[in-house]
Amino acid sequence: MTSILNPLASPLLQGHAMTVHSPDDSTRAPATSTAAPATADPKIKARGVKVFYGDKQALFDVDLDIPAKSVTAFIGPSGCGKSTFLRCINRMNDTIPSARVEGSILIDGADVNAKSVDPVVLRSRVGMVFQKPNPFPKTIFENVAYGPRIHGLATGKAELEAIVESSLKKAGLWNEVADRLHQPGTGLSGGQQQRLVIARAIAVSPEVILMDEPCSALDPIATAKIEELIDELRSQFCIVIVTHSMAQAARVSQRTAFFHLGKLVESGPTEEMFTNPRDSRTQDYITGRFG
Amino acid sequence: MTDANLGAAAPRQTLSAAEARLKKRHRAERLFKAQGVAAIIIAMIFLVVLVGRIVTQGYSTFQTHTLSVAVYLNPERIDTSDLSGVNYDYIVAEAVMKKLGVQDDDFGTISTKVQDLVSRDFGFQLLNKLKADQTLIGQTVTVTGPLKADADLYFKGQIERSTDEGDRKLDNQQLDWLDKLQKDGAITSGFNTGFFTHSDSTEPEQAGVLGAVVGSAMMLLITALISVPVGVLAAVYLEEFAPKNRWTDIIEVNINNLAAVPSIVYGLLGLALFINWLNVPRGSPLVGGLVLALMALPTVIIATRSALKAVPPSIREAALGVGASKTQTVFHHVLPLAMPGVMTGAILSLAHALGETAPLLMIGMVSFVPGVPEGFTSAATVLPVQVFIWENASERAFHERTAAAIIVLLVFMIVMNAAAVILRRRFERRW
Amino acid sequence: MLTWLSLIVLALFSSVAFAAGRRRAKTAAAGRARVLHSLPDYYGAYVALWAGIPAALLLLLGVMFGGRVEDAILQSTRPAAVQALEPDRQAVFYSDVRAIAAKQAPSEVVYEGEQKVALDAKVAEAQRIATLLNTGMLGGAGVLALAGFLLAFPRINPEFRARNRVEGWTSVLLIACSVAAVLTTLGIVMSLIWESWRFFQSVNPLSFLLGTEWSPQIAMRADQVASTGAFGAVPLFAGTFLIMLIAMLVAAPIGLYSAIYLSEYAGRTVRGVVKPLLEILAGVPTVVYGFFAALTVGPLFRSAFNAIGAALPPGPLATYLMEVQNQMALVAGVVMGIMLIPFVSSLSDDIINAVPQSLRDGSYAMGATKSETVKKVVLPAALPGIMAAMLLAVSRAVGETMIVTMAAGLQAKLTANPLDTVTTVTVQIVTLLTGDQEFDSPKTLSAFGLGLTLFVVTLTLNIVALRIVQKYREQYD
Repeated sequence: MTSILNPLASPLLQGHAMTVHSPDDSTRAPATSTAAPATADPKIKARGVKVFYGDKQALFDVDLDIPAKSVTAFIGPSGCGKSTFLRCINRMNDTIPSARVEGSILIDGADVNAKSVDPVVLRSRVGMVFQKPNPFPKTIFENVAYGPRIHGLATGKAELEAIVESSLKKAGLWNEVADRLHQPGTGLSGGQQQRLVIARAIAVSPEVILMDEPCSALDPIATAKIEELIDELRSQFCIVIVTHSMAQAARVSQRTAFFHLGKLVESGPTEEMFTNPRDSRTQDYITGRFG
Repeated sequence: MTDANLGAAAPRQTLSAAEARLKKRHRAERLFKAQGVAAIIIAMIFLVVLVGRIVTQGYSTFQTHTLSVAVYLNPERIDTSDLSGVNYDYIVAEAVMKKLGVQDDDFGTISTKVQDLVSRDFGFQLLNKLKADQTLIGQTVTVTGPLKADADLYFKGQIERSTDEGDRKLDNQQLDWLDKLQKDGAITSGFNTGFFTHSDSTEPEQAGVLGAVVGSAMMLLITALISVPVGVLAAVYLEEFAPKNRWTDIIEVNINNLAAVPSIVYGLLGLALFINWLNVPRGSPLVGGLVLALMALPTVIIATRSALKAVPPSIREAALGVGASKTQTVFHHVLPLAMPGVMTGAILSLAHALGETAPLLMIGMVSFVPGVPEGFTSAATVLPVQVFIWENASERAFHERTAAAIIVLLVFMIVMNAAAVILRRRFERRW
Repeated sequence: MLTWLSLIVLALFSSVAFAAGRRRAKTAAAGRARVLHSLPDYYGAYVALWAGIPAALLLLLGVMFGGRVEDAILQSTRPAAVQALEPDRQAVFYSDVRAIAAKQAPSEVVYEGEQKVALDAKVAEAQRIATLLNTGMLGGAGVLALAGFLLAFPRINPEFRARNRVEGWTSVLLIACSVAAVLTTLGIVMSLIWESWRFFQSVNPLSFLLGTEWSPQIAMRADQVASTGAFGAVPLFAGTFLIMLIAMLVAAPIGLYSAIYLSEYAGRTVRGVVKPLLEILAGVPTVVYGFFAALTVGPLFRSAFNAIGAALPPGPLATYLMEVQNQMALVAGVVMGIMLIPFVSSLSDDIINAVPQSLRDGSYAMGATKSETVKKVVLPAALPGIMAAMLLAVSRAVGETMIVTMAAGLQAKLTANPLDTVTTVTVQIVTLLTGDQEFDSPKTLSAFGLGLTLFVVTLTLNIVALRIVQKYREQYD
């Protein structure tokens, strides 16, 4: 138990040690039957997560398990709390002064909200891609090299170049930008920018990648490319994607969670959710009665 | 699975290196934040020192010491045919000497030293009394007036006995006299009303800010009467009516640049244009107000434009929709709604104009003006210029008054700024 | 007085015209308001404007230029007795003529003999001209007012579009007001160029811009009029630059760091306290900073350096430090730096806040710390804007007058030593133009040469800076 007090010794950083979490969390029964554990060994395990913005509660008691090496989609009408929950996983809500998070989110068994956890370290393990592509106003190379540089992942120039190249290759962008690595990243097309941002995220070798409506600002062709990419990355990362397109959720995800009015209504394997939803609200949403 | 994650996460670093690196990053973070805090603290220290120094230098001006003395109006010394020519200062000195129980010597050294303690204001008071009523001659009247500035400073502890006698303005004998007068109860201390009811004077104890305050008010009136209407109407045209073309672009760039032109250049403009070309009297509130109006114009325009921009288009559409003309829309709806913002901007630019000094020096507003300005075209002085003039004076007592004049100036500016803030808070509308 | 009276009469006439126009419109409508194209008030205003404005403009022109016209006529013929006088005495003669004619106190010059005769003749002439001009002006105004009324009044009928006409007048007024700003610039440029041109007729512009000796006093002596060597402005430029540099060394880091702290780190309460306090610092008049520099910072620095000098082992440096004076460049520079802190801080704050939050989010999501985000993402993105803010601050520092006038010296020295006393362009302008100087000597005209240089430099800085800021804003809009 002492290890959790030291962020450097915590499993979150080291990535081994599995069972360090409070007995309270492990013994606690899921709040609803819909949040039954998906796998015996989830990568992310959320219990009783509540989020407040000032006096307003945006998220109510979310219990959810997210498995490793697969794609989990969050769906639901806008303002339903899916992005809010996503931002809890890497503690991006810390940057909003009025936000307050309660409950526990365990990654590999360690609570991300524990005092001892350094958000800086956490975020190097949990990457994020935003709704609108946000490359830094720097060159393509510098954009991808930014993470490895601040985390000191490369010892020399050659190594850094190798990381940049492999990240761009993984993001499927290498062939398009290999000859203009030193031109501004802001000069790329929207879809390319979003893949650049994904490359930037994978350059620090995260375990989890959070994607907040990554295709909402893109055209259908660029969207298809990103979806293809997500499918490829699934073999290496735990991917969580927020989307308002049910078709997209059906195409890319293995599991789906449906949020409504700040509550997690139901979660389960994607196929099951779309063919045989348990909750009537899910049914209504999927069939397009509201949203 | 977790082992694989470990491999993916930190393959290139040993654990201790990562730990050290993280520590270093957090140290850099704390250092950077500390630098920011330090910058804020330094800026705040500057503010505290600046204001604190001025208050500590100036507050003593608001207290003053007065002397009451019974003066025998000796008929031998008063020539009724030439009342103005009488040496009243000596009559006053005689009265004080009598009170002190000392005699003048043949060279008049004692009376001169006594006169160094008492303001010439006593003499003026006697003259005025006699002008009103000549029967007072031969009688004894009680006169109350200020001490000379150096004597006043002694009671305020700014001239100290411990200083070497040769290094201070008053010698030991004079200090003894002052102590004696105080012990007798002839000297009393009180609030310095004279500082607010007198204008500039060559004698520090008689110098006050009234003339400068009135001069500032007159000048600011001219500035407001010109810059506010012209600035607001110009902004209305540019924001609501002007077509977007090269000309209006030029006007816009021009206004933004005018706002950043050094104030002294406006002074040069005023000198060449108003004084040499249009023959407006030098150093008058009129010419000062004109120059400051030109200076305030761009800021008024910029403030008004942003206030107009804040009025949502739906208001304009609503007015046009019921058949109002463009002009009616603007003057009946848009401008009244923007008025709080306009007034706030106008007050702030006038407050800025109130503190401006350099352009006024250019247009000859540096002369000694011992009175309240008679009109808009007569010579005047204003508060910041009074500060500049007194700062140049060599007497120590003027330094104290300079700081006090600054306090008065700052109070006026704070009042104006507070008015602007209140106006903004009260009437600001969020769309 | 006469003008005021006539303006009041004109205002009365104009209101009568308003009432008349309104009445005529109402009568024409015969009680059916919808018949009228515009509201009755617009018809009244239309007549009132025609009756009042042209005449008022004439009166205004008379006030502004009457004196000049009078002067020109007066001086068109110069009696022999006056021509015998020196040029500057002739000017005194004419100013006395004007003063006596206007029943004000003339100068103390005593005129005798032929001069007295000439003076009396000219005074009589001046009074005659003044009467003539006044009658002409008043008569003209009366005719204009009446003509305006007679022109406008008969046009009133229900179909007449009075509102559109009045709005036409309004837009003329609006355009005139916005042109006032342009005229100000034009006035600045014209007056500076005109007076500088007169200066450069006696002093070579190149020797003014490149000369290294500045002593305008010498040129006042009769035998050395316009001695070119005395107007070399390089020491002034150097002094200005030195003080500006010191000021920026104080203001840039403190201002920038406080802007970063306020926009990126500070909570709402800290911002709520610190920002108004910084605004107070920004609102303090520069003459107050000058007082602070001259009577607090100056003596403080001097005694500090003197004490250091006394503590050092004897040598040239110790002797030098012990002789340092109040008026060193360092004092003016540091105090000017304090003045610029809130300026730099609020400009940088705006610029930093314009950097989109998405970039910060991107960086935080990568696991960057706040300072890494600021240093590697926010500041590089804000760099052009911050450079522009610094340029604007430099422009302020170069044009600042009161602090240097009160705290820097008058000696034009070419030095880079911050403990030495230097003088600046603005100090020299103030020194040359305060007090009573005759206006045409190269000494006073040189102030306009300096003013022109100052204007060109600050204008260039401002244009460049504002352009950068505009481009920067567009980038993130």
